Amino acid sequence: MNSEGQIRDEVAAVYRRDSRRILATLIRLLGDFDLAEEALHDAFFIAVERWQRDGIPDNPRAWLVSAGRFKAIDALRRRARFDRSQADLIMLLEGEAQDPGEQELLVDDRLRLIFTCCHPALAFDAQVPLTLREVCDLTTEQIARAFLQSPATIAQRIVRAKAKIRDAKIPYQVPELGELPERLESVLRVIYLVFNEGYSASSGEDVTTRALTDEAIRLGRLLAQLLPDAEVLGLLALMLLQASRQNARSDTNGELVLLDEQDRSLWDRAQIEEGSQLVRQALSGREFGPYSVQAAIAALHAEAPSAEATDWDEIVGLYDVLQRHWPSPVVELNRAAALARRDGAQVGLRAVEAILERGELGEYHLAHAARAELHRQLGNTEQAREAWQQALTLTRQGPERRHIERRLRELG
Amino acid sequence: MKYLCLVYCDEALLHSLPDSPEDAECMAYAESIQGSGRMIAAEALKPVQTATTVRVRAGHMSLTDGPFAETKEQLAGFYLVDARDLNEALNIARGIPAARVGSVEVRPVRELQP
Repeated sequence: MNSEGQIRDEVAAVYRRDSRRILATLIRLLGDFDLAEEALHDAFFIAVERWQRDGIPDNPRAWLVSAGRFKAIDALRRRARFDRSQADLIMLLEGEAQDPGEQELLVDDRLRLIFTCCHPALAFDAQVPLTLREVCDLTTEQIARAFLQSPATIAQRIVRAKAKIRDAKIPYQVPELGELPERLESVLRVIYLVFNEGYSASSGEDVTTRALTDEAIRLGRLLAQLLPDAEVLGLLALMLLQASRQNARSDTNGELVLLDEQDRSLWDRAQIEEGSQLVRQALSGREFGPYSVQAAIAALHAEAPSAEATDWDEIVGLYDVLQRHWPSPVVELNRAAALARRDGAQVGLRAVEAILERGELGEYHLAHAARAELHRQLGNTEQAREAWQQALTLTRQGPERRHIERRLRELG
Repeated sequence: MKYLCLVYCDEALLHSLPDSPEDAECMAYAESIQGSGRMIAAEALKPVQTATTVRVRAGHMSLTDGPFAETKEQLAGFYLVDARDLNEALNIARGIPAARVGSVEVRPVRELQP
C-alpha cells in the first residue's frame, strides 16, 4: 500500500504535469470556466483520499476528469434546488457518455482552450492575462507583477472575459479551416506579446519576466505540436532565436549590452540550432508570413560569427520582403539600421530621417537612438547629443535609460 | 442562442460609397440567411429624421423628434438570428453587405426571467 506522503507526491506530480489539460477537458464538458476550475480542485482533493484507499488508477488523468465531472454535477444539483434553469444542464451532463478517442480529445482540448482565451471578441487586454491564467496556470499576482498592474485590475479583466465567454456564448472550439488564418493571427499575437513582455523587460534580475519568455516558448511549442502551420513554426523559431541571446543581453550589473557588443560565446547554441531548423521548415512552404521572415533575419544574426561578418545584404533583402507584404514604420526603421551596416552611416541616416520627417515614430525612442548613433558615427557630435536626449525623454525602462546616459557621457 | 445584429452606418454615406450595397444584394443576403434556417427577422430602417423618441415619466408620455442619441453612425437596420454560438452569429454579421461601409454590433439576446 502507498503511504499518504507518496500519494500526495504523486497527486502533486500529476497536477504539475496535467492540470491544464484536465482543466481544458472539464471546460469543454461543463461549458463553464468557473465550474470547471472548481471541479478541477475538487477532483484533486478527493484523489488524495481515494488513491490511498484504492491505489493509483491506471489512467490518472481520465480518473480526474471523470471525478471532476461528477463533482460538478453534484454542485449543480445543489444549486438547482434554488435555480430551476440548472436542471437542463444536469440532464445534459449526465446523459453524456464517456468520449471516444479520449487521448485525441485531450490534446484538442488544450488547443480549444488557447483559441477561446485568444478569441478576438474578447478585449485585447484580457486575452493575454486569461491565456496566462487558464493555459499556463500563472497566478493573478504573477501576471499582475509581470505587467505592472494591480492584481485587482488583472482579476477584473479575467472575470469580465470569462463572463463574456459564458454570456455571449463564445464557443469552446478550434475554428474551422476558413476562419483559421485570422483566428490564428490573434493567438500568435498573444503569444508573441507574452514573449516580448518578458524579453524586453528582462534584465536578468527579474525572475517573473524571465518566466514569461519561458511560458511563451512553451505555448509556442504546444501550438507547433498541435498545429504545425508555417507561421506557428516561424513564431517559435523567432522566440527561440531571440531568447538564445538572453544571457548576453545584459552584463553582470544588469546593464544593457547591444547586439554588436555581445559576447557571442554566451549565446545558447541549442536554441539557435533548433530555431534555425524551424526557420528552414517554415520557409519551405508558400504559406509563411511575417513571423517566419523575422525569424529568418534573427537566424542570420544568430549564425554570424561577428557583427561585421553578418550577411547584411541578405538582411536588407528580408526587410524588403517584410516591408513589401507587411509594411510598418518599425520594419522600415530596422531596415534603415541594416542599410547603414551595408551601405554606410550616411545612407542609413537618410533613411531614418525620412521616416521621422513623415511624422512617424516621433515618439519611439529607438528611432531617435538610431539617429543618434548614426550621427555619432559620422562625427556630428551635437546632433548626436540632441538625438540621445530626445531618446532619453521617451524611455522609461531603467536599463535602457542608463544605456542612453552612458552614450551621452561618451560623447564628452 | 438568439443574437441581434445591429447595423450602424453614417446615413449620409450609406448609399454613396463605392462599396455601398444595392437593395438587391441586401435582399439576396437576407434570403440566404433565411434559407439556412437561422433567420428570425431582418429589416432595413428609414433614416433617423423619421425617428420619434418616446419617454414615459411618472405616467406622462413625452415625445421628441429624432433618435435617442445623436451619434456619428445611426442604426440603419438589424438582423435577429438564431445561431449556435457567437462564432456563427459573427459569421452571419460579417456577410451583411452594409458591414462594408458601416459596422455591425452583435449582441446576445437576454431571455427574460418569468
